[in-house]
Amino acid sequence: MSMPATAHEVTAVHALESVWSRYVFSTDHKVIGLQYLFTGMAMALLGGFMAYVFRMQLAFPDQVVPLYGLVTAREYNALVTNHGSIMIFWVAMPVLIAGFGNFLIPLMIGCDDMVFPRLNRLSYQIFFVSAVIILISLVVPGGGFGGAWTAYPPLSASAQYNHTPWGAPLWLLAVALEFVAFLLGGINFTVTVMNARAPGMTAMRIPIVVWMIVIASLVFMASVGPLVAGAVMLLLDQTVGTRFYDPTAGGDPLLWQHLFWFFGHPEVYVVLLPATGIVAEIITVFARKKLFAYKTILGTSIATGIISFFVWAHHQFVAGIDPRMAHLFTITTLLISIPIAEMLFAFIATLYGGSIELATPMLWALAFIAEFLIGGVTGIFLGANATDIYLHDTYFVVAHFHYTFFPIGIIATFAAVTYWFPKMFGRRMNETLGKLHFWGTIIPFNLIFIPLFLTGAAGQHRRIYSYENFPQLSTPWLNQLAVLATLALIVMFVFQAVFLVNFFWSMRRGEKVGANPWNANTLEWSAPSPPPHGNFAAMPTVYRGPYEYGVPDRELDYWPQHVAS
Amino acid sequence: MLEWLIPAASTSADEIDWLFTLIFWTVGFWFLVAQGILFGFIVKFRRRPGVRSQYIAGESKDEKRWISWPHYVVIACDVVLIAGAIAVWRDVKQVIPTPDETIRVIAQQWAWTFVHPGPDRRLDTPDDVVTVNELHVRNDTTYAFELSSLDVVHSFSIPVFRLKQDAVPGRVITGWFRPTKTGTFDIACAEMCGLGHALMPAVLHIESPEAHAAWLGDRTTVAAATSGSRS
Ligand code: HEM
Ligand SMILES: [Cu+2]
Ligand SMILES: [Cu+2]
Repeated sequence: MSMPATAHEVTAVHALESVWSRYVFSTDHKVIGLQYLFTGMAMALLGGFMAYVFRMQLAFPDQVVPLYGLVTAREYNALVTNHGSIMIFWVAMPVLIAGFGNFLIPLMIGCDDMVFPRLNRLSYQIFFVSAVIILISLVVPGGGFGGAWTAYPPLSASAQYNHTPWGAPLWLLAVALEFVAFLLGGINFTVTVMNARAPGMTAMRIPIVVWMIVIASLVFMASVGPLVAGAVMLLLDQTVGTRFYDPTAGGDPLLWQHLFWFFGHPEVYVVLLPATGIVAEIITVFARKKLFAYKTILGTSIATGIISFFVWAHHQFVAGIDPRMAHLFTITTLLISIPIAEMLFAFIATLYGGSIELATPMLWALAFIAEFLIGGVTGIFLGANATDIYLHDTYFVVAHFHYTFFPIGIIATFAAVTYWFPKMFGRRMNETLGKLHFWGTIIPFNLIFIPLFLTGAAGQHRRIYSYENFPQLSTPWLNQLAVLATLALIVMFVFQAVFLVNFFWSMRRGEKVGANPWNANTLEWSAPSPPPHGNFAAMPTVYRGPYEYGVPDRELDYWPQHVAS
Repeated sequence: MLEWLIPAASTSADEIDWLFTLIFWTVGFWFLVAQGILFGFIVKFRRRPGVRSQYIAGESKDEKRWISWPHYVVIACDVVLIAGAIAVWRDVKQVIPTPDETIRVIAQQWAWTFVHPGPDRRLDTPDDVVTVNELHVRNDTTYAFELSSLDVVHSFSIPVFRLKQDAVPGRVITGWFRPTKTGTFDIACAEMCGLGHALMPAVLHIESPEAHAAWLGDRTTVAAATSGSRS
């Protein structure tokens, strides 16, 4: 990576700095964003490897898994638990919010860095420590925590029940530290967007992805408090023997469930919003269209953020809550489909009358919409209290939430990486490899999870390392579906090599591009590629909204925000 | 719809399957419409040389109806589905018919203990039959169950009944079911409960009244023979 010299005063000092201080202890929001991105990608490989191991056990029970070995019941539980925890807390959140939030916010609102750059660096460092702790938790005596990523007590609260005296507290410590890291990051994002915008960047001219990252940060900050309280109680139960969740001592196991899901459900929208924001940016650029109904989309994101606080108990329809409560939560849960559906309709409407170029980032963005629709409609089966009695904790749930999380955590990430890559490294990724990787991911993805809808609807429960003990749930047909899903997963993994090759090759050898290779409007494209520390040669002024594509009577079909006329 | 994948063997199963089918066709139809429009747009508005994109802000009322009408459709469907869900949930979870018999289900790491009433069809009498990982019920009989756990959260799941209920330590949770066909089916634990979670299978025997009486007869003779040593 070369760092073009700019008028920014600190550049001279920076030229003298060692690689160490530039890439490891930097306070530059772009470097921190990339650190989050790379850490998240490494963790995704680990989380994906775990999925490979436990899927192999399901397809070929009790056989040696290549590159791993035999999978015992204990290891299976630990693999499932840590796969889920890692994918949510160490992949989706760091990549989407922290990674792209950091990289994009100052560039898109037109300032030189986050308002609190050192706090930003501290946030990454705490996050890094949390990642190290979760890795350590996998190899301590007793093995990694195996009580599911939801960690319901009393199982999670006592080593007598979970048999992981070190794994369980370390898992919880890692999760808690990760929350602290994101709290710091969220404060920084919100304050920066409120205070550091370029002249002319009024509220209604902020790119929608920035809005969505801020709303997501606010939702996160408002939901995490109760969970941190719950986690402290759980940690005390585990380590010093308090009994907050132990009914024999006056505690209540359901207390944790409420605190956990009061956080856990909004959390889905915390990662969803940045992902949809990314998709919105990309479809406008590659359809050359103004974003359809910007204000409505903004309204639907806020509504989604708010309603997400009123749905948590739909995870507890069969947990022994008062049955009347289930009606209320069915209503609120199905209500949330209204803003989300409206947002997707607006995205589809944006395509109308466009001039659509199916470049790799656009393929990912469109795939996001198509796949996420599947996640959305299958959620109705689970939000309806009566059908959830049957489907709860089956593979139907696993398939449903992967149809939401995979678009969010993986598809949107690939969309974002391929789209902003030229800005990050000043070079373009290879389109042919990009398309190969796209099809090599999307087709197997559907072949993994469509079968799981079927095995779930047929009654197969999740988190079960072997079905041999359940004659009715391990018919040859269901076993064949398991094999199909597993083979598809292997194919999908093989194609990730294409991405890695493309990424690292293009970083050094890709075709060089100028500041604005996609002819986009938003401010980040007015900075050099890659932008130096301090971002802009001269601070930009903003004259209009971010989505002025195809404006009649203009020669160019785009009109960047910082161009005066 | 679900019966195509797994038998339905209780009255609640029929109702839940009905709701599943209702949701399937309602959202399935609109899902296809939405995907169709999405792919239609992608094909129709592909980039062509010399053709510029149109400038549509989507801010005027006239333009916004393209998203507000579908949005009303979503609301209408939601209302129908909520009504269906509430009706079925009421029948399954709230309107509890008078049971003919009550059984007790006790979960623990990692086994199910079932307490069946004996021939007198009442619990807590000397002819109660206790089994482990084996539940025997009469067909066409309404049962209430009392579910509890001795250690962690488990979940009592009988897929053919479409029944699932968490067993929460410190509570006794009640529910009911009424079998509608005889046969032998799986019972599983549906909540992660530790190392042996996958090793918590139990067998459900739904028997005709005669077969059930014969089974009880065998069991109570054994119970009577050993009851002296029990107390
Ligand atoms: C690489 C592709 C992936 C595959 C093949 C995969 C597969 C699976 C499967 C089969 C399960 C269920 C295991 C069980 O219940 O026995 C599971 C659980 C889970 N997955 Fe994934 N997954 C993938 C990617 C992701 C991503 C991207 C996310 C989130 C961003 C994610 C989040 C989760 C969560 C939260 C669980 C629940 C864990 C638990 O039950 O404690 N997965 N995954
Ligand atoms: Cu159990
Ligand atoms: Cu269990």
